[in-house]
Amino acid sequence: MRTINSNNPFGDSHQHHVLSVLVQNRPGVLARVSGLFARRAYNIYSLAVAPTDDPLYSRITVVVDISETPLEQITKQLFKLIDVVRITELDPRKSVERELMLATVKIEDEQRGQVVELANIFEAKVLAVGIDAMTVSLDGTPEKLDDFEELLKGYGIVESQRTGRVALPKLEREARKGALKGKAS
Amino acid sequence: MSKKEILTGAEALIRALEMENVDTMFGLPGGCILPVYDPLLRSSIRHVLVRHEQGAGHMAQGYAHVTGRPGVAIVTSGPAATNMVTPLCDAFMDSIPMVCITGQVSTFAIGTDAFQECDTVGITRSVTKHNELVMRAEDIPMAVRQAFHIATTGRPGPVLLDLPKDVVTNTMEWYWPTDEEVLASLPGYHPTTKGHPKMIKEAAKLILAAEKPLLYLGGGVLKAHAAEIVRELAELTQIPVVTTLMARGAFPDNHPLCLGMPGMHGNATAITAMQKSDLLINLGARFDDRVTGKVGSFAPDAKVIHVDIDPAEQGKVRKPDVPIVGDCRLVTEEIVKAVKELLAEGTPQTDIGAWRSKVSGWQEKFPLQYEQSEPGARLKPQFCLEKLRDAAPEGTIVVSGVGQHQMWTSLFWKFNEPYTWVNSGGLGTMGFSVPAAIGAKAARPDRTVWAIDGDGCFQMTAQELVTATTEGIHVKIAILNNTYLGMVRQWQEMFYGERYSQVDLAGCPDFVKWAEAMGCVGIRVESPEEIDAAIALANSINDRSVVVEFCVEEFEKVFPMVPAGASNDDVMLFPAQESQREFLR
Repeated sequence: MRTINSNNPFGDSHQHHVLSVLVQNRPGVLARVSGLFARRAYNIYSLAVAPTDDPLYSRITVVVDISETPLEQITKQLFKLIDVVRITELDPRKSVERELMLATVKIEDEQRGQVVELANIFEAKVLAVGIDAMTVSLDGTPEKLDDFEELLKGYGIVESQRTGRVALPKLEREARKGALKGKAS
Repeated sequence: MSKKEILTGAEALIRALEMENVDTMFGLPGGCILPVYDPLLRSSIRHVLVRHEQGAGHMAQGYAHVTGRPGVAIVTSGPAATNMVTPLCDAFMDSIPMVCITGQVSTFAIGTDAFQECDTVGITRSVTKHNELVMRAEDIPMAVRQAFHIATTGRPGPVLLDLPKDVVTNTMEWYWPTDEEVLASLPGYHPTTKGHPKMIKEAAKLILAAEKPLLYLGGGVLKAHAAEIVRELAELTQIPVVTTLMARGAFPDNHPLCLGMPGMHGNATAITAMQKSDLLINLGARFDDRVTGKVGSFAPDAKVIHVDIDPAEQGKVRKPDVPIVGDCRLVTEEIVKAVKELLAEGTPQTDIGAWRSKVSGWQEKFPLQYEQSEPGARLKPQFCLEKLRDAAPEGTIVVSGVGQHQMWTSLFWKFNEPYTWVNSGGLGTMGFSVPAAIGAKAARPDRTVWAIDGDGCFQMTAQELVTATTEGIHVKIAILNNTYLGMVRQWQEMFYGERYSQVDLAGCPDFVKWAEAMGCVGIRVESPEEIDAAIALANSINDRSVVVEFCVEEFEKVFPMVPAGASNDDVMLFPAQESQREFLR
């Protein structure tokens, strides 16, 4: 569970780890992966799954709050699953992360403008407006979403849903240059 | 181009199993798997009809234990599949190659709570190396090939294929995937078999430099067929060897370098040698809690070379100084080569004479022993085992259940040949021995198979002796009947102030009559005078299974013993040896 009023849902004792798991896109794979965490009583904080550009494979981005030693063991155990092709642990400092949030917020008449203004500041989108509620969406880093969610709470969130983060390794400076060069030639 | 051949899924399954060289499978038919049993009538595969599906699973395990080939079990859906969970878990814990076929309700009925439906792949997911719900008849040959490939390569284990009824009745165009196609279909499965050369060199250096080295052999040595090369390594370096419960027979007990079994009920020398060693050369073992005792005080001065085909075992319990992921045989071959090279280059081996004589001192001071029973009292189980052992024909395969009798068998039997010891190690499944013995005998009809069982274990799976009788698979069962759940009773005596709770099995059935009712010869042995004749008779009968009930001492305990959670340093010795404890320091 997320702790209220905290941007660090993992508390102080745990570290947050992001695993990017490339799997064969087949029935049961998600159950196999999540089962490994469940049987060790580790909580999965967030999970995002979707096919990659090659539909034979899916990428699972899983955020877990466990310390280094069990993480190493669980990574090895994950890799033993026949359907798991590759596992990368993404260091938040060396990866790009994004998350999407939808939130329906209660609004009195005079507050509508305030929420729209807030949405503008965060570059969020207004998806739907009703008489006494509106739905907004925001994508960005998980921290940005935390901040936005915090501010929306002041108006009263009727319902919200976050996707859990997706992440990819950050391109190194050299790799970025290489990529640009490749494009130019 | 040859004409297309159209088969039903069931026919394709049976043909695929034949193509995988399956000669025997153990099973019991039922609704959903029925279509498969029809083409089975025309197959070369022998089907052993069991009395309970758990028996089929353990028989497949026994078959795999003694042959190294995957055991095959085939049962129907629902309750049959759930009855298979224990053998699957047992095989998973002990890395036994096994392929299990289960029937399933038709694809359109899955998820409707149909008759005899259960979520077999869901239930067995955590007790199999891999499992698969096969949804189309045309997928059967590939699924079978994948199953056998996965079960037998890397760290072996059980694989389950769940086959819905309509999948085996539908038709498909027969094909047989090539090796390349099988490998390409498993992009996430590439077991490492060859050790890293740098690590192997490092291991060889440590081996030559160690003053108190010890070879710590696990079941991986047997799985990798590495017994011969491991022996060469031991003899080349003269390093003493301990064999864990799963590795009994991997190194001959009659070899001067063999110290026998370490662990909770290991012998004092093997336990202490591990504790005092400065280099543990772990080949295919996994630092199981029953071997290490309290991990924090296990072998405190030892560096560790850990050879294991499963990368997840490296550092799981004990951080190795030299981790080597690979096949035990291939890696040990390379280590032997590297040691020889270093010796040839002039790197000397450190003198381990002092260590060797220390170890032999322990062996002399702390032999296995027991007190012979008083005249007229019940027999000592160890005495029965010695008698059985000494009268056993050459090459006898020994199978045990789980409990005191298992530990005594492992301690008192002399295993001088690989693949002659079959037992349930990791899961500790009571009732394992009768069906596993039948599976072993089915695989090796040329060998005598003795199951050493307890009275508690026997009552769990005894009905499979009916299978033995009807199938003509003649095994010999020794029941060490102490009328108790002996190991539990021992713990209650030692750790629960002799408050015995639900361990008294008095009121056991008449084992002789029970054996006879199942078509076996039943023999009861109550006094030392009867024992030789009874064993000789049992060994002479080859046209029926034999059950010999030995009425043994109720309160005999297994020693040595490292209490659960205690350090190996605090091993409780055989009472008469306790006064000599200082020699172990």
